[in-house]
Amino acid sequence: MWKGKSRPLKERNKIDFFIFASPWLLGLVLFTMGPLFTSLILGFCEWDILSSPKFIGIRNYKKLFNDPIFWKSLSNTAFYAGIQVPLGILLSLFLAVLLNQKLRGITFYRTLYFLPSITPVVAIALFWQWIFEPQFGILNKLLRGLGEKYPPHWLFDTFWVKPAFIIMGLWGAGTGMLIFLAALQGVPQELYEAADLDGVNWWEKHWYITIPSISPAIFFNLVMGVIGAFQIFTQAYVMTRGGPAFASLFYVLYLYQNAFEHLEMGYASAQAWILFAIIFSLTFLQQKISRRWVYYEYE
Amino acid sequence: MNMNRKCQVFFKKIGSYLLLSIIAVIFVIPFYWAILTAISPPGSVMMLVKIEWLPKEIHLENFYKAWFKYVPMTLYLKNSLIIAFSVVFGTVITSASVGYAFSILRWPGSDILFLILLGTMMIPGQVTMIPLYILFFKIGWLNSFKPLIIPAYFGNPFFIFLFSQFFATLPRELFDAATVDGCSNYSIFWKIAIPLVKPALATVAVFSFMWTWNDFMGPLIYLRDTNKWTLSLGILNFQEQLYRTGETSINFTMLMAAALLVTLPLTILFFVAQKYFIQGIVLTGLKR
Repeated sequence: MWKGKSRPLKERNKIDFFIFASPWLLGLVLFTMGPLFTSLILGFCEWDILSSPKFIGIRNYKKLFNDPIFWKSLSNTAFYAGIQVPLGILLSLFLAVLLNQKLRGITFYRTLYFLPSITPVVAIALFWQWIFEPQFGILNKLLRGLGEKYPPHWLFDTFWVKPAFIIMGLWGAGTGMLIFLAALQGVPQELYEAADLDGVNWWEKHWYITIPSISPAIFFNLVMGVIGAFQIFTQAYVMTRGGPAFASLFYVLYLYQNAFEHLEMGYASAQAWILFAIIFSLTFLQQKISRRWVYYEYE
Repeated sequence: MNMNRKCQVFFKKIGSYLLLSIIAVIFVIPFYWAILTAISPPGSVMMLVKIEWLPKEIHLENFYKAWFKYVPMTLYLKNSLIIAFSVVFGTVITSASVGYAFSILRWPGSDILFLILLGTMMIPGQVTMIPLYILFFKIGWLNSFKPLIIPAYFGNPFFIFLFSQFFATLPRELFDAATVDGCSNYSIFWKIAIPLVKPALATVAVFSFMWTWNDFMGPLIYLRDTNKWTLSLGILNFQEQLYRTGETSINFTMLMAAALLVTLPLTILFFVAQKYFIQGIVLTGLKR
């Protein structure tokens, strides 16, 4: 009888590879490549789901180009990402450095700083909606207590709504903090000891040893932070629905509205591909620049 | 000299604790304010100009009311749990299997597939969202849990990557020896590989649970009937119901109580499985 075992081992492993990987291979075709291709095509169509799709060439992209709300959503998102991501990295790095000390009870603080990161986004949105409430929210009560007579109306103010979202984003610095903390613990202690012998000051120590040593973690947090910030949706959907006057209409929220509220599937698909292109080029750009400043030990 | 140095260390420590504590207070205030609001008699927190940092009365029945009085939160909880556990089960099994393929059954051609796997992680969900919605619409899966559960049974790139990293750390000789003894890959996978990566199983389970629990856009798009909704969506329904009844002051008391109740399961999970949360984040962040 000809059984699997008599086949050469390499051959058998190759067959088994495809068997073990089959769920993902199938999913790749069904749930990733298929939809990716379809969405590319849809970007060149007009479609409301109910009737059949109509090919309209690049008209969706032209329309987007002339759509002031699209530009507004893009600039809102770029503004949010441009400020939230760097501040988030600074904050999480600062927290990690602070936590990277041999002190009793340090894990307690670590847990506290990390808790917001495991809080459901909807709950985060509701907590902060109440904090930012102009009249009775705790933030404005505090600001009034500090002597500010007319504190901002936060979520109801076209300027302050974006800082409000940024503050809320910074509350979730815990994930980045943990990544930095792990990186810091991997920095060889001998480097610091050698620096101490040379009489190097605190700043120089961190600038010349810590930062280069953890640069891969900085790079990782930067890339993930940008990708995440460009996809902000839930908070805006729950708290403001994009208001006031489109001031918090973020990219994905506008995309969602086009697809599922206005049923413009083609238009929304074009938007999705532009988002893909933006995220792809930003990641690519960061990868390129990273060669100059990210230091990998084993290269 | 020695005394001086000791003093310095002591003050540095005090300074560190002070800084750590100030930041901790800032991070905890949003939770504290929510809890304070949730246990206050409806309306009371609203009316004060100054902040009362300690509750005068404790009304735990607010939680009971928030849960039972307005929307069917128990039903939402059940839906969330069904979806989350189904997703966790599928994700763990298939991602482990595919991860095993990529690390233990590696062959020259599989490296290209692995690059594709890494590449798919960069595709924003919004690109595939619309065609998937249409697909599920055509096959009649809208308004059911299927679109939220079934894709998990095709593996998650992120977790496949995690598993392959874990499997790669196991000693190669173990697998070679088992093969020489005539074990098939199936028995090696189930009897040797899986028991050795229990921490990875826990990490993946915990993370896929958290992500599914927190998912908002998926349920928002796929679930139309309110009785199919998950907790994340349900609480939004709750918010709308409250606004309809007017009286903003009651709103926030009840809303905070409900939001805290939705947060609770994950917080408990975190304290039980803290090790795996941290391990997961550290591994995905650094081993690349």
